[in-house]
Amino acid sequence: MAREQRLAQVFVELADTLVDEFDVVDFLQTLTERCVELVDTDAAGLMLDDQRGALQVVAYTDESARLLELFELQRAEGPCLDCFATGRVIANIDLTTAADRWPVFTEAARDLGFATCHALPLRLRRQVIGALNFFSVGSKPLSDDHLAVAQGLADIATIGLLHERAARDQVILSEQLQTALHTRILIEQAKGVLSARVGTSVEAAFRLMRTHARRTGKTITVVAEGIVEGSIDVSRFQPAPERPR
Amino acid sequence: MAPIRVTEILSAVLDESTDGHASPAALVQMCARTLRVGGVGLALMTDEGPAGTVAASDSTALQLEELQFSLGEGPCVDASRTGRPVLQPDLARTGQARWPAFAAGADAAGLVAVFAFPLRVGAIRIGVLDLYRSTVGVLTERELADALSFADAATTLLLHLQARAAGWGVPEDSLVVLDDRAEVHQATGIVSVQSGVSLQEALLLLRARAYTEQRPIGALAVDVLKGVADFRDDLDRE
Repeated sequence: MAREQRLAQVFVELADTLVDEFDVVDFLQTLTERCVELVDTDAAGLMLDDQRGALQVVAYTDESARLLELFELQRAEGPCLDCFATGRVIANIDLTTAADRWPVFTEAARDLGFATCHALPLRLRRQVIGALNFFSVGSKPLSDDHLAVAQGLADIATIGLLHERAARDQVILSEQLQTALHTRILIEQAKGVLSARVGTSVEAAFRLMRTHARRTGKTITVVAEGIVEGSIDVSRFQPAPERPR
Repeated sequence: MAPIRVTEILSAVLDESTDGHASPAALVQMCARTLRVGGVGLALMTDEGPAGTVAASDSTALQLEELQFSLGEGPCVDASRTGRPVLQPDLARTGQARWPAFAAGADAAGLVAVFAFPLRVGAIRIGVLDLYRSTVGVLTERELADALSFADAATTLLLHLQARAAGWGVPEDSLVVLDDRAEVHQATGIVSVQSGVSLQEALLLLRARAYTEQRPIGALAVDVLKGVADFRDDLDRE
């Protein structure tokens, strides 16, 4: 499929989920996956303001992205944090020369095999509510076209969280953010339950959950709830062969 | 990333104790004082809905908590049922159609705004913290951060009290903030399957073992994920 066509399709897919009572984490998870598909990068992660003075990782495509974001939060250093603090795009960071700016983060990112990273703010006017982060193995900078798509996706995430029609409504934003944080935990618990039941890694368990959600048209949250409640029969879930890396 | 505020709240609650045990009553009092709200209530909840008041900062807050249980309606009931916060900065404007009987009761008590925070750890639903205010308006950013920190502290305290009620002999110095890493929640899911217990009991088992082995729960969780630590026989040991 032509790139323009696929782009349009993804934006429609994401806009389509922005209905009442939509599932924030399912939406953000899909969004990070589409980022990796549409932007020339290898891993994506999304952090949100927890409204207690810190950020929390809420969606990620790869364990390496989650680890790096967690590392930034723990060491209080890195491009994603700077992006969140300033509300500015931090793109095309060459990790071979970034050690002066972020020594700890740069070393950790390079140890995980990344050469380039980018951070885009989720912002609405003056308020920054999170950051979308990309990590790439190659050292090629993002083209302007890809950067524009990345910012478009970050804006869609912001709109989703603010629920568009209630853009100025702090109440809705708080309810959404707090629900997203609780939902993220629920999904991690469900990954553990499923991995123990099926006998697979938690990463593979998550892929099974995503596949089941897509196949049945349910959100990832509904699937996670079904797994922890035992209302979804997981005996037929077959562990897929580990994805070649 | 350590939630300093929550740690401060928990140790302040423990400091106020006269019998060496942290009490929910002290927590709601401190929450009401810090946020300067009219009243604070703390209720238990189960999967079936609200399950009774644990503490209230004064008789009015207690009355409003009890009113919600007897009516089966109100922000606390909704927060408990959906697991989402219910923030009502102007109850007269937005609450009357949703909870007519409760809104009337709150109005009669002079409380015009309610903020209900579910106390959850993912699928584990423990309670609800309700803040009642006599003035209309949203919580400021600072107030919201404080309210959420009190909610986190209340979650930790209720989990702790339930472990003690289950006769696990947990000491007060194990009243530490929940480690919020993904590994801990994943391990909770694994332990619940291994031991055949609920997620809540699984989390308590993890915390208890981390405490007895004197190691961080995050490190124990990683061992559970690797299959190095196992909880299959854990309940037999008790």
